[in-house]
Amino acid sequence: MRIVGTVAADATYLEAIRAALWDELEADPRLVLLGEDIGVLGGAFRVTAGLLERFGEERVIDTPIAEAALVGAGIGMAVRGLRPVVELQFADFISCAYDQLVTEAAKLHYRFGIAVPMVVRCPSGGGLGAGPFHSQNPEGVFAHIPGLKVVCPGTVQDAYDLLRASVADPNPVLFFEHKALYRSLRSDLLRRRAGEPLGRAAVRRAGSALTLVTYGGMLPRCLEVAERVSGAGDQLEVLDLRTLVPLDMEAVKASVAKTGRVVIVHEDTLSSGLGAEIAARLSAESFFDLDAPVSRVAAPDAPAPAAAPLEEAYIPSVERIEEAVWQTLRA
Amino acid sequence: MADSARLTPAAPALHSELGLEMHRWMVLSRVLEDRLFALWKQGRIRGRLLTGRGQEAIPTAAALAVNPDDFMCIMHRDMAAHLIRGTTAETVMLHYFGKATGPSGGRDGDIHFAEWERRNFPMVSHLPDSFPIALGLALTSLLRKDRAVTVAFCGEGSTSVGAWHETLNFASVFRCPNVFVVENNQYAYSTPADRQYRGRLVDRALGYGIRGECLDGNDVLAMHEAMVSAIARAREGEGPTLIEAMTMRMDGHAGHDDAAYVPDELKALWRARDPIERLELRLREEGATPALLERNWSAAREEVDAAVESAWGAPDPTPEDLLARGVFADPA
Repeated sequence: MRIVGTVAADATYLEAIRAALWDELEADPRLVLLGEDIGVLGGAFRVTAGLLERFGEERVIDTPIAEAALVGAGIGMAVRGLRPVVELQFADFISCAYDQLVTEAAKLHYRFGIAVPMVVRCPSGGGLGAGPFHSQNPEGVFAHIPGLKVVCPGTVQDAYDLLRASVADPNPVLFFEHKALYRSLRSDLLRRRAGEPLGRAAVRRAGSALTLVTYGGMLPRCLEVAERVSGAGDQLEVLDLRTLVPLDMEAVKASVAKTGRVVIVHEDTLSSGLGAEIAARLSAESFFDLDAPVSRVAAPDAPAPAAAPLEEAYIPSVERIEEAVWQTLRA
Repeated sequence: MADSARLTPAAPALHSELGLEMHRWMVLSRVLEDRLFALWKQGRIRGRLLTGRGQEAIPTAAALAVNPDDFMCIMHRDMAAHLIRGTTAETVMLHYFGKATGPSGGRDGDIHFAEWERRNFPMVSHLPDSFPIALGLALTSLLRKDRAVTVAFCGEGSTSVGAWHETLNFASVFRCPNVFVVENNQYAYSTPADRQYRGRLVDRALGYGIRGECLDGNDVLAMHEAMVSAIARAREGEGPTLIEAMTMRMDGHAGHDDAAYVPDELKALWRARDPIERLELRLREEGATPALLERNWSAAREEVDAAVESAWGAPDPTPEDLLARGVFADPA
């Protein structure tokens, strides 16, 4: 990544996350990074490479392999006024920290007004042949828990902006960064202060025929589908949710009011996933705007498989999304 | 018991002032919890009712050994720690009655509370969930070099849980200023200690490379001495200490539980080791008159009477309060 003033030319999604951590560490002395192998090694994916050397071992802390203690320690630091950013090496390991997140972090403010300004970075998603325990998308589980914010960036700029906004937020924030985007997404990156708060969706491509509602790792695929289908004359709108909690339903409804047709796409499994929530709300609140049934494309209700043919069938592909789009357009 | 000879210790000379202060708090805790139990039986308190009857020496000794700048992760047998750290009997009652003006405004109940502004961290049901958080509180002290110590309590049942191990290991690696107090009250609900662990809990300290001490948790003076020295070591950068305080849960797990599974002989044995009675014996030997000690009991009853009366009339939360504030903190 070449840094030109505050614009980094041709940055990857991974470099954008590192840049956000770097800039927050520079800007806020309360910020502390905590995680397994994040210091000397620079993280399993090298997201934190160079940070220990620059900021020292009191800001970039390598810990034992113990996710409950790691997240609990983050809570303890946050309630004392530090701004911990905890890295879980893989989002899959969040199951080991579930209790600290759900029992403690999510409920402290409601119970006693104790704010927990902590970010937990969760490298999530499949496509790398990593199998059932290094490929999951557990964001839907946590979007169901009142008191946790859930963030899923799908662009290089959002990897940076949403991480800084997550740090600025006074609540526990789960930041799901998609591993398949780490080095595959590139764009110029504007390094800037945290701007608008979490909770606003973004229209990534405007259209009037159908709305693709998505987030995170599925955003590039949805944009590709929109490109392909729009070539045939039907202009698709692509709405990037960016955050699942808060959920910007107003943006979804506004888009559906325009297009009348919607396909919701996520890599998380289908049943009781975020798509179900959006579909339910649309049926209650946008019923008369809909010209076709709400469609969902998601991973099937199965664990994430390892072998290439299985994983390719598991993760929503451009072809599967496109098929759902055509069905909804013709409905 | 690790050492029954310690039950009538030839302890260092009692400073009567400290002894009387200990007595005052243990008595207030006992009177307050007995009243809570009565109110629960009357249906004036909802949910469960957990008490620390018989264990009052442990939180009393610990809370009198810390500084106001130190942190405590208090559990459900530790009412005295709240009181010593400044939470009033009235605040406790407001909480148990679920009042709008209580520390959680009716959102949490029973012994799940703490006044965080007093550096007390509120417990949850999942024990020892406060342990990893105690680790973070102590890590913050290391980073800020503020010399604050964090004391965290649990029962022997908690030592079976993974987070207990994760915390002690992690705290040891970083030499965190923590004191971990296991109140070994012999039963986790109906599960006796011999279904919970083998060997001695205090020996686990060796495995973590930290200091461990097992002592009579019903001897408030010995307990205080142990806490003072463990806290001093933590403050001086010498790392965490594991304290195993032997005691006995004298009520059931909670109000509904008659603890019929506890053998009568065991109950009788520990009834004779009541920490308040033992302290009173000691204080009388050192010249305290029965009238002086009785004054603490009557003062506690008056304080609790007044607390009940005042808290009962406080406003209840309204249905509008359910979502009126606070699932999330507002961005500044």
